[in-house]
Amino acid sequence: MEYLQLGRISLIISFLLIIIGFWGILSQKNIIKIIVSFTILDTGINVLIVSLGYLKGRTAPIIDASVSQGPNHNVLNAIVDPVPQALVLTAIVIGFGVTALLLAYAMKLFKAKRTLEINQFNDLKW
Amino acid sequence: MALFIGVLVLAMAIIAILNKKLSIAVIAAGVVSLFASVLYLLMAAPDVAMTEAAIGSGLSTLIFFYVLNKIKRYNG
Amino acid sequence: MVRNFLIGLVLASIGFIFFNLYNTYEPKTELNGIAAHYAAKGAEEIGAANIVTAIVVTYRGFDTMGEVTILFLTASIIGFFLKLSKKDEAKKIIHHGTSELLITSAQILVPIIFLFGVYVFMNGHLTPGGGFQGGAIIASGVALLIMANPNRQINHHAILWIESISGVSFVILGLLGIFLAGGFLDNRFLSLGTFGDLFSAGAIPLIYSFIGLKVGAEISNILNKYQKSQKES
Repeated sequence: MEYLQLGRISLIISFLLIIIGFWGILSQKNIIKIIVSFTILDTGINVLIVSLGYLKGRTAPIIDASVSQGPNHNVLNAIVDPVPQALVLTAIVIGFGVTALLLAYAMKLFKAKRTLEINQFNDLKW
Repeated sequence: MALFIGVLVLAMAIIAILNKKLSIAVIAAGVVSLFASVLYLLMAAPDVAMTEAAIGSGLSTLIFFYVLNKIKRYNG
Repeated sequence: MVRNFLIGLVLASIGFIFFNLYNTYEPKTELNGIAAHYAAKGAEEIGAANIVTAIVVTYRGFDTMGEVTILFLTASIIGFFLKLSKKDEAKKIIHHGTSELLITSAQILVPIIFLFGVYVFMNGHLTPGGGFQGGAIIASGVALLIMANPNRQINHHAILWIESISGVSFVILGLLGIFLAGGFLDNRFLSLGTFGDLFSAGAIPLIYSFIGLKVGAEISNILNKYQKSQKES
């Protein structure tokens, strides 16, 4: 039963998502597919950070009547870790910006060579 | 519940990598983000869940489709 | 073949590292030092019910400022890459018409979506949500507008002005914190008010509203650039 806790399950999910994302980045030849793999890797890392801050049986870090007058009578025993959530919040928005930037580069590359296969871009290869 | 979402997320991620059609891959990546936001909600992170649902699965997928549309127009 | 073998080797080593991490992973049972301080003292020091908001806006305000700057830079670089020539700028996007359903729902829903975005970032210190989420929701409204009518012109100057004014106001509010309170982005130069009211927690609703407007304007700007890039053929 210990292996079916939410914290452990989400940890395994995030590890597998990161590995799938790396696999896609390394094995795909199409630039758009590489960017899709990058977004999956991004999601995996965010899930990993949030799942490290999760504590079993606690609620969201918002202080209201249900937290301060709950059965524990103490904020410290009622909420999950707020710091990873604050970090991931900005990381998601940055991830969107990076994805948009990568797509703009991909569009520029496509205009230059009319192809998206990564093997065709060998100008600097020697 | 979390196990079910986890299997779905991983299946969608593998579809996103392996499928030959770019549009299906992009939609599968959007679904990965959507289920990840449900996972955030289960892990008591409603702020992160809102951001991921709006940005990861909505706006990212939209700009991917703008680029795909452009490429399709060039090719034929 | 060698390539696949190398990819497998890299993935196997990453998997091995993760397997070891998982085996030594012990679920936490208590908050660690800094999180415990934020949880215990956050409500009385900052006055915000949502502790994530207190961390994002005040305790780690510098991170947020850097993040907003990075988003601005990204939008500028995308604008540089997707710049159109004068001839292409005058063209119209060729499309096969949008459905009646999308057009009508855009007319009805877009004002409500904008209002909801404003609600989300005004209430960021009380309920889940805040500047980033509200800005993303406003940008979703803009996305619905340009999907319903692909040739709709979004006022570029309005976006630029909203972005610059909210960015400058965000920095000025941060500097006011240095002179009137404890440090950069300190929210206590306005009174903390009653815990749980809309106008409480010092300057947090003000700062987070500016962040929301700035993020919404920046993401709308990126969407606008991608929409315009469709004109070229």
